[in-house]
Amino acid sequence: MTRFIIIRLLQTVIALIGIAVLIFVMVRLSGDPIDLLRSATSTPEEIENLQRQLGLDKSNLEQFWIFATGLVQGDFGESLLKRRPVADMIKDALPNSLRLTVPAFVISMVLALALGVLAATRRDTFLDNGVKFVAILGQSIPGFWMAIMAMLLFAVILEWLPTAGMGGPDHYVMPVGTMAFFMLPGMMRLVRSGMLDVLDSEYIKLARIKGLPERIIIWKHALRNAIIAPLTTAGMIMAGLIMGAVITEIIFNWPGMGRLMLEAVYARDFPVVQACTLLIAVMVLGMNLLVDITYAYVDPQIRYEKS
Amino acid sequence: MLSIMPNIEDKTRPKISGLSRRAHIMRSLTCIVPLTILSLLVLTAIFAPWLAPHDPIKVSMTERRLPPVFMEGGSTKYILGTDHLGRDVLSRAIYGARISLSVSLLVIAITASVGTILGIAAGYIGGRTEAFLMRFTDISMSFPPLVLAMLLSVILGPGYITVVLALSVLGWAPYARLIRGEALRIRNSDFVSQARVSGASPMRIMIKHIFPNVINPLIIVMTMAVGFMILAEAGLSFLGIGIPPPDPSWGSMVADGRGDIDRAWWITTFPGILIGMVVMSGNFFGDWLRDKMDPRLRQL
Repeated sequence: MTRFIIIRLLQTVIALIGIAVLIFVMVRLSGDPIDLLRSATSTPEEIENLQRQLGLDKSNLEQFWIFATGLVQGDFGESLLKRRPVADMIKDALPNSLRLTVPAFVISMVLALALGVLAATRRDTFLDNGVKFVAILGQSIPGFWMAIMAMLLFAVILEWLPTAGMGGPDHYVMPVGTMAFFMLPGMMRLVRSGMLDVLDSEYIKLARIKGLPERIIIWKHALRNAIIAPLTTAGMIMAGLIMGAVITEIIFNWPGMGRLMLEAVYARDFPVVQACTLLIAVMVLGMNLLVDITYAYVDPQIRYEKS
Repeated sequence: MLSIMPNIEDKTRPKISGLSRRAHIMRSLTCIVPLTILSLLVLTAIFAPWLAPHDPIKVSMTERRLPPVFMEGGSTKYILGTDHLGRDVLSRAIYGARISLSVSLLVIAITASVGTILGIAAGYIGGRTEAFLMRFTDISMSFPPLVLAMLLSVILGPGYITVVLALSVLGWAPYARLIRGEALRIRNSDFVSQARVSGASPMRIMIKHIFPNVINPLIIVMTMAVGFMILAEAGLSFLGIGIPPPDPSWGSMVADGRGDIDRAWWITTFPGILIGMVVMSGNFFGDWLRDKMDPRLRQL
């Protein structure tokens, strides 16, 4: 088990280094930020000064060394555009993103568990077909379109909610709803199919024969095992969640990580793009690592064979 | 484990009771209706120049934001109205089918081929090759696709090729994972050992023995990817990093109407309905195909 964790940890670190190099190279391929920062009248000396200030006069290898050593020390560099430490910008934006993501995640998780279990235990009934249909509907309708339609209905026609921006509690309704809409269908399907597999198993039959109340069988014995299998896809769910967050923030003009990232890409603000992308990669890889270890702990078959 | 059960259910069900018969009809409807819609989409894409009443990119400043025919002020000239530049929404939607369909099919062809080759190689050869390929797959799966698409559109400039590339560069990873799992399972089966004992080369085993046995799951996943890729292309075009204007993509049409949502709802609404309908058809058909061909894959 220790061996497995060490190998997995090493692999994650290697993957992270790979991603860091990849991002560094790709961001630099995307063009010279000086083109966007200088004015039309800038003299060559001014441009040179600018380059020196921003550390862009050094060779790519040196720039990478500064970037990498900074990372290890928790320093993400300074934004080229805003001249602020990237760490501070992320400190401002991340809580805003979490304010949307966390409630949306909790809401969709609760709904997914409740509806997924109900659908699985009442297989092929009206409720089950309804859940299946809603799940496919949710995975088919573009979230960005849904958000605009919600704006049209609630903000333009009914005038119940504000269109966009950050503010009081009423500003949260539509963005959180949109994000939950992004997440719910996938989770619901996973819970349902996991439950269906578990309900077929021998130990559930045994629990029934033992005469346990159906409520305990389903919500305690079955559900616990049913959510283990979907856990393996947690990394992919994370990636989807991030995509949903970016689109939601852009539509509702929310000052979070997604908007920070999109704006930084267009402005070729290298340090910001690098930091945001790495942060996302760390979250996704960390999630995968955690899931793999939990999974190996629960199910010994997964552990690496001694080779 | 569950592989035979649903088929037995299918065969016995219609004879038992009326309710089951209804369920059976419903199930075949989830195949017929989506197939019809998808066929219509293909036909629309092929015959777009003959079907579209107007030039999809012709700007007409005097006829901006005309409402669709069923509203006051609408005319039969522009059945679904016009957008903020006076372009015919219907014609743009018809030409948009070409982009949606061709992008998604091209991306699926690329990602499925690459993913299958790498997946079979990893699953059959094993050892270091497998460890390396699977770590590579992990990296690809944890790289945020949106970031890659943004970077690519800045490096290469937005365009058709950029979109296909952005969706393909990471899109092969899920195929590689799935196919590797299947290849691992098949590798240990008797017929593969038999082939190995008879002296078949690894290349021959992979092509002649493993590949034919992963075709079923491959087709299922490819079918399910159609909707997903159409959605992804629309999403990129919506964010302005997909198909550049003035070419009509359903995603950019939704974005075009975003600012006019309070006075010209039809610009945004119609392309969105189209995306939803087509993607849903793809998903329903994919589900149906999976239940028929390989219910083991239900978790996908």
